Amino acid sequence: MIDHPPEAVVIGASAGAIEALSRILPLLPSDFKIPILVVVHVPPDKRSALTDLFEAKCRITVLEVEDKEPLRPGTVYFAPPDYHLLVEDNDRLALSSEEPVLFSRPSIDVLFDSAADVWGERLIGIILTGANQDGSHGLRAVGAAGGTTIVQDPNEASAPAMPEAAIAATPTATVMSLNEIAAYLLRI
Amino acid sequence: MTDTFEKIEDIEIRLLLQALYDRYHYDFRNYAMASIKRRLRQARERMGFATISAIQERVLHDPAMLPQLLGYLTVQVSEMFRDPNYFRAIREHVVPHLRTYPSLKVWIAGCSAGEELYSMVILFREEGLEERTIFYATDINQDALHAAETGIYDLDRLKVFTENHRKSNGKSSLSDYYSSGYARASFDKSLRQNVVFSDHSLVTDAVFGEMHLISCRNVMIYFDRVLQDRSVGLFKDSLVRKGFLGIGSKESLRFSEHAPAFDDFVREEKIYQRAAR
Ligand SMILES: C[S@@+](CC[C@H](N)C(=O)[O-])C[C@H]1O[C@@H](n2cnc3c(N)ncnc32)[C@H](O)[C@@H]1O
Repeated sequence: MIDHPPEAVVIGASAGAIEALSRILPLLPSDFKIPILVVVHVPPDKRSALTDLFEAKCRITVLEVEDKEPLRPGTVYFAPPDYHLLVEDNDRLALSSEEPVLFSRPSIDVLFDSAADVWGERLIGIILTGANQDGSHGLRAVGAAGGTTIVQDPNEASAPAMPEAAIAATPTATVMSLNEIAAYLLRI
Repeated sequence: MTDTFEKIEDIEIRLLLQALYDRYHYDFRNYAMASIKRRLRQARERMGFATISAIQERVLHDPAMLPQLLGYLTVQVSEMFRDPNYFRAIREHVVPHLRTYPSLKVWIAGCSAGEELYSMVILFREEGLEERTIFYATDINQDALHAAETGIYDLDRLKVFTENHRKSNGKSSLSDYYSSGYARASFDKSLRQNVVFSDHSLVTDAVFGEMHLISCRNVMIYFDRVLQDRSVGLFKDSLVRKGFLGIGSKESLRFSEHAPAFDDFVREEKIYQRAAR
């Protein structure tokens, strides 16, 4: 199905994110072949509990990104609270404290845009549950650059607004349940 | 198609940054590309240009456009006592060391509109160190430096500043330091009596001598690794032996070639000490 072997996965999620990610990330093996970059909307003033939470549940390595963090396979990278996460080039991430986008910092659009610039068709973009519109623009950029676009089935999502908006913006995106998304990632 | 288009944009950006350097000596050529690209796309859209080359054409011939473009190229987001735990760590762990010096030099590099500078001066006043200290506040953005020299902020930002100050274990009330008029808060000029403001670029300018504390937060985050190394090298050479360097809470010296010259001092708050060796 994919002619270009993917080099990275980007995932965006908001309301209901922890539950949804808990049905995907813990299934992945420690030698998963490519990096996974995740933006979850989290309140700015909190030290993010995401990393601790998923570190305990996952076999794959889980990190909160620091500026210019090198990219490695078999690793999940979470955006830190109050910073945008961007892909600098093939092997490095970057952070930025530019203004929030659609009231969000980190912003899913910012991550997806920069990832699409760097990886083009060798990227998989996934939008999960959420109660806002962040990620629609970014997923469209992933699709326009030739990447694979996947959206969680809104009927199953605990907050359907974000996946619905993503599907409206990228009608060609493949709609999948969480189980299907996990199975898909295990096959790459 | 997409590929060709992307490549054209990359060429345009490279040429624009080269033009800015050749014409005005502003050097953004080694800034972190993903973020520069985003902000130039923003500048193109909001300033109503069809292409990034069109921005280049205009700014080469019209110096009056430079400040506006610099506004896009430099990120000015800041707060007073941003990350209160950082200032708390300075207060609790760095200040006791600083007390042992009869006179002090502190450098706020990339001071933006002065938020971080005033935070540090107030902290030093609260700790009784202000009178023996000279503060150097530097930035490349002239508009930001002017704002820093005036010390006037929108009143609606003061709520967050006040809350941050309190969380940093501030020993006074922030309202002691400003007077508020309609919609604006104006910080007391006495806070500036020991401050030297100066246009200084971490990319193109030289060392500032004999500092005891350098705070450079959320500035190097916009640089690529070559520039980050240059800046950290500059800080290394500007610090006294056992002087302190504080950086942004998501920045790290881990990836720098100068890392061995620094020891972790307060690890969680990214405060380092220049190694004695
Ligand atoms: C995001 S602000 C950081 C403000 C403050 N230090 C803080 O942490 O809240 C970044 C500042 O770095 C300045 N800057 C960018 N490039 C610089 C350079 N080469 N040398 C010095 N300052 C620079 C920008 O103009 C801007 O004021």
